[in-house]
Amino acid sequence: MNFAVPANLEAQLDELVTHYPQKRSASLMLLHALQEHFGYISRDAVEWTARKLGLQPISVYELVTFYPMFRQEPLGKTHIKVCRTLSCALAGSGELRTHFCQKLGLDAHKHAAQTTPDGKFTVEFVECLADCGNAPVVLLNEDLLPKVTPAQADEIVAKGNSK
Amino acid sequence: MPQEHRLILKHADQPGYTPDMECYLRHGGYDALKKVLALAPRDLPDGKKMSPQEQIREDVKASGLRGRGGAGFSAGIKWSLVDRKSGKPIYLICNADESEPGTFKDRQIIHKDPHQLIEGMILSCWANDVKLAYLYIRGEMPQGAKLLNKALDEARAKNFLGKNILGSGYDLEIYVHRGAGAYICGEETGLIESLEGKRAYPRIKPPYFPAVLGLYMCPTIVNNVETLCHVKHIVNMGPGEYAKLGTPNNTGTRIVSLSGDVKRPGYFEIEVGKVTLGELINDPAFGGGLRDGRTLKAVIPGGSSSKILKAGETFKLNRKGPDGQMAKVDVSLLDLPYDFDSLMAAGTMSGSGAIIVLDDTRDIVATLANLAEFYAHESCGQCTPCREGALWMSKALHRMTHGEGRKADADYLLHIAQNIQGRTICAFGEAAAWPVLSFVKKFKEDFEAKGAADEAKAATTKH
Repeated sequence: MNFAVPANLEAQLDELVTHYPQKRSASLMLLHALQEHFGYISRDAVEWTARKLGLQPISVYELVTFYPMFRQEPLGKTHIKVCRTLSCALAGSGELRTHFCQKLGLDAHKHAAQTTPDGKFTVEFVECLADCGNAPVVLLNEDLLPKVTPAQADEIVAKGNSK
Repeated sequence: MPQEHRLILKHADQPGYTPDMECYLRHGGYDALKKVLALAPRDLPDGKKMSPQEQIREDVKASGLRGRGGAGFSAGIKWSLVDRKSGKPIYLICNADESEPGTFKDRQIIHKDPHQLIEGMILSCWANDVKLAYLYIRGEMPQGAKLLNKALDEARAKNFLGKNILGSGYDLEIYVHRGAGAYICGEETGLIESLEGKRAYPRIKPPYFPAVLGLYMCPTIVNNVETLCHVKHIVNMGPGEYAKLGTPNNTGTRIVSLSGDVKRPGYFEIEVGKVTLGELINDPAFGGGLRDGRTLKAVIPGGSSSKILKAGETFKLNRKGPDGQMAKVDVSLLDLPYDFDSLMAAGTMSGSGAIIVLDDTRDIVATLANLAEFYAHESCGQCTPCREGALWMSKALHRMTHGEGRKADADYLLHIAQNIQGRTICAFGEAAAWPVLSFVKKFKEDFEAKGAADEAKAATTKH
């Protein structure tokens, strides 16, 4: 098995588990940490988490399939989440997402997350990001960008391409 | 002149105000905590003593504070329902899963003044004998989670948290727990399931009232970010002074999130009920009006789940007449005071305090289609009427926005929505049904015209 959690990360996760009277509660926090480290939640990561928390793998796997933020395959290095919900839609987030897709050669008609073949970008529509006063907003990896224009979108693409 | 009244956001946007401990302490931070820890038991007329914790609980009740998350339920009564005799630990959870479309107020607090939230939490935990509390923050707010963790570390270093807080003998620990993108986690029993490491399937009430059978089947308090911040100000001001803010039964301030078709979208903290919906939309101090040349079509007044209000509508509200008697008075949409009770009287709700404005250029069918897609995506899937119904509504509306509408769709949508509300474990069923019911009822001609036009077009292209 190639799956190995580095010792320092495992120590952090062990500490997280102590935050809860019942180990199972740490599931989401462990999955977040593993996804951050490995880029996605593999089958091995599910089984590792289940062993760590004394659970059946299905009890962890059902979280991966329920919570939209968890991924079962690697994502692009630049992850572009465009808000789809009403206030952003009124401010043109649909057109903004189409712009990203066209720029990156992705299918704008596909709703689900799409990753470019070179693995540089993932573009995704997500539901309300809770910054509606700054619509349209984009969550770029961990940074929330307000009032994103097509020109800014082009910059994001240029920057992601040079990575 | 209507204006903001900043209590929670008093410092948040001041130049030089930073989210760290030193800045918070320079602005009177954690004084409320020191104040309550120094409280003595109060002698009651019957010779008994009221504990300092009980005094604060009574103060919160007397302040009239109502939950700022969406339901507007009395925070003091919520606390009073906690089972204190079970012998089990009592937990407190801060609901920072801000995800009602249109809402972006808790984000301001978390990012700009995290210590205010933490102090409010510590006070609330202390008043309720809570030893372990969680801050459940949306997964999509990674930076907020980092800021809160940093602030909690700072609070531990100052012994505002941890063992024997400031020598009082009181122990408390607070941990940040991150969600992972599911709207249903904002529902308090769904949130509890999620915190237990499960899918966020809401629990059925009764018997699973969090105040009795919450986290790990122990008594649990779940309060919104903004609600917990208010506790600090109730402690500082005293319930009497606090209740002078706002209007009777709608006390204090609240942060309104304004978005959609206004010139100046943003967040505004107002005294509850002292500012009208029209002022929030049109006054230069707030939304600044619609874009030039546009007129108002409708307002979604309290987050996407609240029923839409149509421009020109009037409502019957109870108002005190000059003779001191209560009488029903006609109040127009724009004259509605922005408070819990007025919006309820108007058949909708102030919900999470999020106003989305729609102008006359907006296609009402497309607008509802957007919201229906949200609810179809976010239904947890536990109850059949919601899981299937939300999807059917979304599919019908998708058809209608892609040239395949039918005249009968309006009634079809109403039929589905009516069969969701009241038939589900949690209030998500209502949240999904209400936009459809209100949009279709109030704009039925738009829906029927769209359906009829598509049918006519289909008939001509067939031949």
